Amino acid sequence: MSLIEGRTGSWEVVIGLEVHAQVVSHSKLFSGAATAFGAEPNSQVSFVDAGMPGMLPVINAVCVRQAVLTGLGLEAEINLVSVFDRKNYFYADLPAGYQISQFTRPIVGKGTIVLDLAGGASRSVGITRLHLEQDAGKSMHDQHPTMSYIDLNRSGVALMEIVSEPDMRTSEEAGAYLKKLRSILRYLGTCDGNMEEGSMRCDCNVSVRRPGEELGTRCEIKNVNSIRFVMQSIEYEARRQIAIIEDGGTIRQETRLFDSGKGETRSMRSKEHAHDYRYFPDPDLLPLILTQEFVDEIKAGMPELPDAKKARFVAEYGLTPYDAGVLVGEQENAAFFEAVARGRDPKLAANWVTGDFFAFLNKAGKPIAESPVSAEALGGLIDLIRDGTISGRLAKEVFEAMWETGKPAAVIVEERGLKQDSDTGSIEASIDQVMAANADKVAEYRSGKDKLFGFFVGQVMKATQGKANPALVNEILKRKLAG
Amino acid sequence: MHASDLTDITLADARDGLAAKRFSAAELADAHVAAVAAGRSLNAFITETPDQARAMAAESDRRIAAGEARPLEGIPLAIKDLFCTEGVLTTAASHILDGFRPAYESTVTANLWRAGAVMLGKANLDEFAMGSSNMTSYHGAVENPWRRQGDNRPLTPGGSSGGSAAAVAARMALGATGTDTGGSIRQPASFCGIVGIKPTYGRCSRWGIVAFASSLDQAGPMARTVRDTAILLGQMAGHDPKDSTSVDLPVPDFEKALDQGVRGLRIGIPREYRIEGTPPEIEALWQQGIAWLKDAGAEPVEISLPHARHALPTYYIIAPAEASSNLARYDGVRFGLRVPGQTLDEMYENTRAAGFGAEVKRRVLIGTYVLSAGYYDAYYLKAQRVRARIVEDFRNAFEKVDAILTPTAPSAAFGLGDKMDDPIAMYLNDIFTVTANLAGLPGLSVPGGLSAEGLPLGLQVLGRAFDEETVLRVGHAIERAAGFTAKPASVGGAA
Repeated sequence: MSLIEGRTGSWEVVIGLEVHAQVVSHSKLFSGAATAFGAEPNSQVSFVDAGMPGMLPVINAVCVRQAVLTGLGLEAEINLVSVFDRKNYFYADLPAGYQISQFTRPIVGKGTIVLDLAGGASRSVGITRLHLEQDAGKSMHDQHPTMSYIDLNRSGVALMEIVSEPDMRTSEEAGAYLKKLRSILRYLGTCDGNMEEGSMRCDCNVSVRRPGEELGTRCEIKNVNSIRFVMQSIEYEARRQIAIIEDGGTIRQETRLFDSGKGETRSMRSKEHAHDYRYFPDPDLLPLILTQEFVDEIKAGMPELPDAKKARFVAEYGLTPYDAGVLVGEQENAAFFEAVARGRDPKLAANWVTGDFFAFLNKAGKPIAESPVSAEALGGLIDLIRDGTISGRLAKEVFEAMWETGKPAAVIVEERGLKQDSDTGSIEASIDQVMAANADKVAEYRSGKDKLFGFFVGQVMKATQGKANPALVNEILKRKLAG
Repeated sequence: MHASDLTDITLADARDGLAAKRFSAAELADAHVAAVAAGRSLNAFITETPDQARAMAAESDRRIAAGEARPLEGIPLAIKDLFCTEGVLTTAASHILDGFRPAYESTVTANLWRAGAVMLGKANLDEFAMGSSNMTSYHGAVENPWRRQGDNRPLTPGGSSGGSAAAVAARMALGATGTDTGGSIRQPASFCGIVGIKPTYGRCSRWGIVAFASSLDQAGPMARTVRDTAILLGQMAGHDPKDSTSVDLPVPDFEKALDQGVRGLRIGIPREYRIEGTPPEIEALWQQGIAWLKDAGAEPVEISLPHARHALPTYYIIAPAEASSNLARYDGVRFGLRVPGQTLDEMYENTRAAGFGAEVKRRVLIGTYVLSAGYYDAYYLKAQRVRARIVEDFRNAFEKVDAILTPTAPSAAFGLGDKMDDPIAMYLNDIFTVTANLAGLPGLSVPGGLSAEGLPLGLQVLGRAFDEETVLRVGHAIERAAGFTAKPASVGGAA
């Protein structure tokens, strides 16, 4: 168990997360209006989204399908009967004066998510529920000195609110949870997981307690928009709460905001009327009734998810759980790896993909789809290593050239004359030269200082400009040094 | 033909007259436009649309000439101002919708225009359809065209569809649309001596109708005969994918159903509707109605609706609860009235304080209270449970009978402004009608006779879900037997 040491002893942090994930769909949850990101303000608003008199909601079947698919991906119970409720509160960006959400009977019930932790460890976190709800509009407070402008483009966009059990104990676990959840959502194609564009937002519930004691009073940190900030805000909030309690104070249940500039959480102006949402079943919508056949059909079309893929990579390719975990994080990465590994040594393929390839990708800040080196090209490089055309050391140089020029490995090797020298005659000649020039070291080696072996390898490689086949160099050197 | 002859005919006769080219749609429209203008003292309309009426009538004449007449070709109608009409002021009789001209047309009115009907204007109503007297309209009360014998004091037309009922009774329109949440079509129909039907919940689309209580609201027609009502309903009804509660069932030929008679039908008489304090003449009319149906070959059967006595309090929890939520959108942000304030909350408060009348505020407060944490279970949830029992009562009853007969309202029209200081007394107007809304069943009011003071009294027929045909048949039989020909004095009735 991970604990935080305070002035008066150890503390346990208890974390539950509520993630709002925007459903991938062409139109909103209850209207036909479009949902594209970045459109002109109020250009994607139907009369329903604007809460005009007499307008009625009609459920979007695509959003229902996406919610069920997500529920299945979270290994959760799918509720064949669920109910849409109205959550009543006044705000300028909530046109109808209520949000249509699911309260007592959500579409998805209890589920599980497996976190991949440092060192290849993993643990399960419970999912409490997933429900569908509408997003509100956006208030823009910086367009006019005294008034706020309202953009209703997001109003009515379908969100899945995914609520975890308070099962996490460290900010790292919270980060791992979000990464895993995002990974699953992206595999399923139900949410693009893009936190910068607001299509995935996180509310963090944080409390602290002495190990083994009852749950403490929690504070909710609203709308944190990156995994890094989620982790930072939890760290800050936990220490803040511990300091208050250790100073003899008590924690007040409240909603807080995370200031990413200052790295701290602060109290949100409390709204008196926000405390009683007056939920009741929306009379404009009948209960949502699904058939088991509908759910089964969705289940049959599910893609292989990260956990299953990871297990398969370990079993099928003999990868370490860590490497497999890194590769399956994004569906595109896993597919790239499998294309590279097809018909080749999977471990070598994994090393190249997770090593140099990812390093270059990260450095360039590019998505895998825009990589200048294709899976086929990287496979070509590995083939040259395998057949002894180039050494592993030279391969790094070749890869860099491939990244810069987009040319295949074979072409670069040819152009730059990097072909590995596997001619035993010329290697022997180079070795003889090196041994002659270092007769004193040869004597030392033969008298027992066998650590000098590396020195001789280096000298030979230097003499051959790195082209000598390292395996042959090793073999011949050993023989000749042995005398 | 004289203009008064063109306004005193039935919708069915107008249809036949137009088809036979005895008069034109333009003449029919002109006569009604003139009647609307002449009847302004009743305050039945909030907005008159004479230009639209004439333009629509001209199109109707063109179509009739071309042999392309549609089912309601050239029929002038009044539209309750709760229906959104594209480009035409739509107020819900509330100050808060100041200047609101929807950019869309309600499904029901769109259906009517597609069938060839002609719009005379937007009829007055209780604010947001909340009321039983039409006194709560921001645009002033409507007067009932009827007067008590020897007494010229103005009477209420009932509510909330009071403007629609008065317009039809005063021969300003051949028919009208109404909406009925707890009796808002049937009670004013009863008070004004006309016919009105609240169809089964889901029969008519609610899309584009300003919502009061969504699980109870249903649009329906009001006209001077059962046949006219059946004709209108046939064109208003139909499945609408834009309303999730609209039912995908074929619309029967309601007019055709009328001639089937009632022989062999079993008519339920609920014993719980004998309420102490009901005026004897209401009770007598009810007995008369039973006798008429028996004479026509139907069989009266005493039934029990044991939870009916809980219907009114149940209604006055559910309807305000839904209304408090439905009316939240009137916040001054996007349309209608805005009264500025220093903060957003203050702007809401100022706007809603100035924009809503006393009755609307009362119901919003009740609704907010019954939905609030700590009271939800005791009020709203309990009311929903009682509602389920009421539905069950009717299900049981309709295993034994084909229709149910009751009085429509506990009294004839009362004086304009009476009962305004006693909301409970006012709410009692809905005592016979609210059960049909809670159960979602069709209910019709048909004039049965006159009170001792010479005012119309209605009988109510309730039916099985989506069995408007039987309801209309029974109503038609009562209409025939009653031979109700009385008219308000202002349109040539006996003073």
